[in-house]
Amino acid sequence: MTDVLNAGLAVFVVALAIWAVFAREAFAAVVGFIAYGLLLTLVWVQLQGVDVALTEAAIGGGLTGALLVGAASRLRGTEAAARAERPRALVRVGAAALSAAVTAALAIGVLMLPDPAPTLAPQTMANIEVTGVGNPITAVLLAFRAMDTLLEAIVLVFALIGVWSLGPDNTWGGRPGLRHRADPNGILAYFARVLPPIGIIVGTYIFWVGADHPGGKFQGATIVAAMWLLVIMAGLADAPPVSRTWVRIGLAAGPLVFIAIGLMGAATAGAFLAYPDGYAKPLIIVIELALMPTLALILALLIAGAPRRPAQP
Amino acid sequence: MSGGTLFGLCAALLVGVGLYGMVANAHPLRKILAFNIVGSGVFLLLGAIARRGAAAGLGGDPVPQALLITGIVVAFSATALAVAVLLRLFDVTGSVTLSAEAPAKPDAEAPEAQAKVPQ
Repeated sequence: MTDVLNAGLAVFVVALAIWAVFAREAFAAVVGFIAYGLLLTLVWVQLQGVDVALTEAAIGGGLTGALLVGAASRLRGTEAAARAERPRALVRVGAAALSAAVTAALAIGVLMLPDPAPTLAPQTMANIEVTGVGNPITAVLLAFRAMDTLLEAIVLVFALIGVWSLGPDNTWGGRPGLRHRADPNGILAYFARVLPPIGIIVGTYIFWVGADHPGGKFQGATIVAAMWLLVIMAGLADAPPVSRTWVRIGLAAGPLVFIAIGLMGAATAGAFLAYPDGYAKPLIIVIELALMPTLALILALLIAGAPRRPAQP
Repeated sequence: MSGGTLFGLCAALLVGVGLYGMVANAHPLRKILAFNIVGSGVFLLLGAIARRGAAAGLGGDPVPQALLITGIVVAFSATALAVAVLLRLFDVTGSVTLSAEAPAKPDAEAPEAQAKVPQ
């Protein structure tokens, strides 16, 4: 039964990927991609990666989908010209041959994987006690491989700086995107009033429960960011100018607290990002509490895009 | 066939489909979308490998699974940056062509060059 379900899932996922590549309209392709992200979430559940499934649903399908829908609607007028520039048949045949070769090489690799598979699961479970958290993924993200998570938070800040620097000079420091206007009595404004309180609680819960169960700051922060974007899109609040002091402080706070705790570990526990005995859990909670608002801010502002209006119109 | 092997083969197909889309679609947004399909194929491959590493009462190896979460978030930030570059290209030239001989508005930068003068 599970095999039939898995095989069906695999067929649908590949079919939606093919749709996203071959659909005529970019908008249709993006819609296919969002459905693809949601089905991929089910695949992650089947692969016993519930934490990854939550991340895929929130970020891979949700936020990436929102970003691409926005871009597709702004670039709708450019599609006819792009279709005329379609590569020649020879190039497409070459691309198909290359893709088939890569797929074949990967498939052979999958079939030749060593048995029994190498795994770090026993080491993780043997050492999880000292971190004080119950979710092995969180233990890896914030204790065993905390360096990856720190660098990831910094990459996100750099990506946002990159996006901001793509605004025209005269709007530097201004507000991202256009001012959204919606019917104040319409359904969008209604949802933007009703959903955020629920979404903030769900997001905070997913963040908090991540210590011992599937969940965590990335998934929780995405939900909080989505609520904020909903309020902005319904026209109930405007996106902040990117030069606002609280925005800048919020962006820097998470990584800075993380680095400070890392340096403290170098002084007291003998290594950068090491936690002193018995303080692992409280320090992990401090890092997560500091990172969560930073992540929500960065994820929402990455979707909002480069500044397009001066701060004072 | 175990779930790990099945979805590993599925991942290999996704990488191939995405790779073809990156070359065969002329529109940069479609290339970004196809790039995301290649990325999710690579993630799925690592997820299938993590599934095979199930041990110690866990359904999969938590180290690659944690790396996947990091990877998905970083892939999103890279996509956001790529879309921002594309929208800027559209704002400046009025088209999104990547073709070398396509006509572009040569004077489109001019008003912005003036805007650099401090007020």
